[in-house]
Amino acid sequence: MLFAAAPEKLQTPGVEFSALLPVLILLGGAVLLMVLGALLPRRSRFPWHACFAMATAGAPIISAIPLWFRTRDDGPLRVVADAVRVDGLTVFLGIVIASGVILTCLLADGYLRRERLEGPEAYVLLLLSAAGGVIMAGANDLMVIFLGLEILSIAVYVLAGIHVRRARSGEAALKYFVLGAFSSAFLLYGIALVYGATGTTNLTGIRSYLATNILTNDITLLAGFALLLVGLGFKVAAAPFHAWTPDVYDGSPSPVVAYMASGVKTAGFAAILRVFVYGFSSYQTDWKPIVYVVAVITLLVGSVLAVSQTNVKRMLAYSSISHAGFILVGVQAATERGTRAVLFYLATYTFTVAGSFGVATIVGRTGDNAHALSDYKGLAKRAPLLAFAFLVFLLAQAGVPFTSGFLAKFYVLGAAVDSRSFWLALVAMLSSVISAFVYLRVVLTMYGEDAEDGAPTFTVPAGARIALVASVVATIGLGIIPGPLWDATKTAVRGDGVVATTVDTPTQASSGG
Amino acid sequence: MGALVLAAEAAHGAPDFPILTAVVLTPVVGSILVALISKRRPEIAKQAAVLFALATAGLSIGILALFKTHDAGFQLVDHHGWIADPTISWTLGVDGISLWLVVLTGILFPIAMLGAPPHHDDKPFYAWLLLLEAGCLGAFLSLDTFLFFLFFEIVLVPMYFLISGWGYDLRKYAATKFFLYTMFGSAFMLVGTIATAYLHAKGGPVTFDLRTLAEGQDIISKTTGRWLFLSFAIAFAVKVPLFPFHTWLPDAHTQAPTAGSVILAGVMLKLGTYGFLRFGLYLFPEAAVWAAPGMVTLGVIGIVYGAVCATMQKDLKRIIAYSSVAHLGFIALGTFSLTTQGLQGGVFQMVAHGITTGALFMLCGFIYERRHTYKLEHLNGLQKPAPILAAVFTVVMLASIGLPGLNGFVGEFVILQGSFLTRRWWTVVAVTGVILAALYLLWAYQRVFHGTPDDDNAKVGDLKLGEGLAIAPLVAIIVIMGVYPKPIFDRIQPAVDRLVRHVEDNSDYRQPKVADEGEKVVPEDERRHEGEPSEGHDAEGAHAGADQEGGN
Repeated sequence: MLFAAAPEKLQTPGVEFSALLPVLILLGGAVLLMVLGALLPRRSRFPWHACFAMATAGAPIISAIPLWFRTRDDGPLRVVADAVRVDGLTVFLGIVIASGVILTCLLADGYLRRERLEGPEAYVLLLLSAAGGVIMAGANDLMVIFLGLEILSIAVYVLAGIHVRRARSGEAALKYFVLGAFSSAFLLYGIALVYGATGTTNLTGIRSYLATNILTNDITLLAGFALLLVGLGFKVAAAPFHAWTPDVYDGSPSPVVAYMASGVKTAGFAAILRVFVYGFSSYQTDWKPIVYVVAVITLLVGSVLAVSQTNVKRMLAYSSISHAGFILVGVQAATERGTRAVLFYLATYTFTVAGSFGVATIVGRTGDNAHALSDYKGLAKRAPLLAFAFLVFLLAQAGVPFTSGFLAKFYVLGAAVDSRSFWLALVAMLSSVISAFVYLRVVLTMYGEDAEDGAPTFTVPAGARIALVASVVATIGLGIIPGPLWDATKTAVRGDGVVATTVDTPTQASSGG
Repeated sequence: MGALVLAAEAAHGAPDFPILTAVVLTPVVGSILVALISKRRPEIAKQAAVLFALATAGLSIGILALFKTHDAGFQLVDHHGWIADPTISWTLGVDGISLWLVVLTGILFPIAMLGAPPHHDDKPFYAWLLLLEAGCLGAFLSLDTFLFFLFFEIVLVPMYFLISGWGYDLRKYAATKFFLYTMFGSAFMLVGTIATAYLHAKGGPVTFDLRTLAEGQDIISKTTGRWLFLSFAIAFAVKVPLFPFHTWLPDAHTQAPTAGSVILAGVMLKLGTYGFLRFGLYLFPEAAVWAAPGMVTLGVIGIVYGAVCATMQKDLKRIIAYSSVAHLGFIALGTFSLTTQGLQGGVFQMVAHGITTGALFMLCGFIYERRHTYKLEHLNGLQKPAPILAAVFTVVMLASIGLPGLNGFVGEFVILQGSFLTRRWWTVVAVTGVILAALYLLWAYQRVFHGTPDDDNAKVGDLKLGEGLAIAPLVAIIVIMGVYPKPIFDRIQPAVDRLVRHVEDNSDYRQPKVADEGEKVVPEDERRHEGEPSEGHDAEGAHAGADQEGGN
């Protein structure tokens, strides 16, 4: 009979909501803001939307603090049938992404007012995107990574085109969307192949499967690696998957670019760390050379192509490619030190790059079009503090001592040298010399040339002012006192989350999958 | 031996007042304060800056007073933890090698500020200059390889702004070239610095402490040590600059404002030669011995090439710039002769060149103030309208040529004396540099000061009181160093002896044994007899040469 046997009760995994709180706050806040947006006036003197978005982004940081201590003391929390792993890395990168969101909100408020684009949409999308990023940072399953990536990306595709009256913005959105969708397809196919080779999409499962089994034919698996690398490399703008970056960075609204270069990049690298350094750790000898080559190409492409740019946003786009190369150098080390260096780099770069695009937001003026190098002529005379802030960010990106950028590079190089990649370290440093030329050009234009007659002066909106001051303080402060952040990265990678040397046993739920 | 020195330092106890930290931080504080001065009161900027520079100079003289003459180790060591993992500490210390460079820096900065004020934007100019001073002092005093790199690299920023902001027509090109060239060298050095520390740690705790790294010589293999040495050497060779890395120097010097040129030639180039001593010979003694023939050759090429180029120049500043290439070639020759005299002479010459060339650039600046050109074709007969200027120029120029009784002679003579022991033929070639120096400088002097002045040059005013007061201390030092160099050598010698011993302990190189000034052969050397020192030199030199070739 059909009902002879008692219907088996559907097994649903327990969900520990407290561990997922940061994601839930971001998602809930986004939905709430959408509702509130209908009630609040679109245009008002007080920045309701921005403040609400910042509060929503600030709450996960606060909720992450108890999680930080909990994961530090009790080890990682495996949530939702081990599909999500909340450990130090998740919390650390979650805070980094949320900081990026707050900085972006601060910049966006003035921008949206200036461009007559007020409204809650941008903030809602930003919060949704950040939720995707935090999901990626905590993903322990390839499917969850994909899920997070899509939540993150789709919101950013729309954000890129949020300046509805500007054709370039729409063009950027379309380019980003088409290429992004393409890369998602690569990622998905890669996941399928890895699933085919290992029988699971759970990273812990993949890790222990690869550690305990020797594949007689690993073509499928390696093809899966390659496709995953393409998909994730696209998100972090690693060459040769970088072609979209200059166009999209140039066309998108400047505050959105600040988020793309900080939040999206951070989420992308979180996934790369999880998948390659953790999941495929026993196949290091296979993927490390590939990442090595990708890192070299990324470094050189980013720095060399930046030289010929005359548009500051495009310059910064190429420089962000070159920075992705630096971070890949840390990934390539595949050691605890390397992962810590990646975390440090991401945290400091978030502030530097958000600040840089913050300056670009202001100098871009109404219409967001004044990004040519000549628009920066004599900025030191017209807006000394703004020019000084940009100077700090540029010097930090060039890796000048006593800025956070220098120490970030130092830690990455330390990791590379520690794993005996001397030549990679050297290529990285030489590429940073080439990049320095680019930054110096901007500095010279700001400080060395006189402004043309009738060049505008700038009023920096209060929000942007706060964001720039915070970024300058973080850039110089972390350059002088890196200790606390560097120690935090140690806590973040402790436990078996990222660079465990021993393979832990997969949980029932995942291996049964 | 290192342990003994460390113990001795511990016994002395750290001084109560951290004078080394103070000397580095005073200009930093000054720089920040000057930057914060209100725009409406630009005249205070100069006064405040000079005040801080003088305070720094006072502190550097204080270091000289506290310095124990016969102590070879690092003195007045100031140690504070900074970054725990990897171990990076704020460790400053002074020995006979860095002592005089610190004093030189302390003296030269206020003089440059007083003698070569900017023509516009006083405030940022002085702020950058003070920051530059802090960077230079920090680099000379660092006993932590990481800290040294920080200071070595940070000095680029103020100098870049000084050249690009207050320089002449091609200042942007020159500033960018200067920055990128030096950064190119630093790129190698950063990788080398990190690699040295990590390889030295062998998986254990990583430290960047210079003394720990230098005393543990057998941890890093010979071949690796040589690679690491090269990574440092590229950075220093660019900074010195040694041929063929010198091409940034004439541009930077020609385009820099006068104060920038004074500091660039007087202090910043010494970062390179100092680096060779501290991070070449001390950190990689074996590799330094291995590389010595090459480095000496580059030094000698620099001497001759710099001199020949200087002869060909039509621009007063470029002549002096190329003369720097030649003079620093001498320092490289002395350093890599690996003899006590060579090193002593090298250190002495660093200071002497700093003073002399600083003064020369300042005099060039005075001439520019009057004539608004550096071109030799537009200058003539200045002796008539400006006799005192001409007299001062003569003294300084003769010091640069190496006239006995002035400081240039002492340094070059001791260097050549030392290098002759191990590198006879190189020395013979190097001596031609001295002759060429006389040629290009006297010729330049002749073209600028002799003859009948044309209309423009006849109206030139003589040295002003302020200018005279700024240049007078330099002239006095030139004469004192030339006539009575003993107090300087007394303080240099123990440190240099220790460094040479350190090289001998860690390589198969042995210094030819000869007493100072060729008086007597050292008695305990049984292979040689009194009365025939030249043969002994020869044999010893050949022996050392064979050793190095064998090392290849």
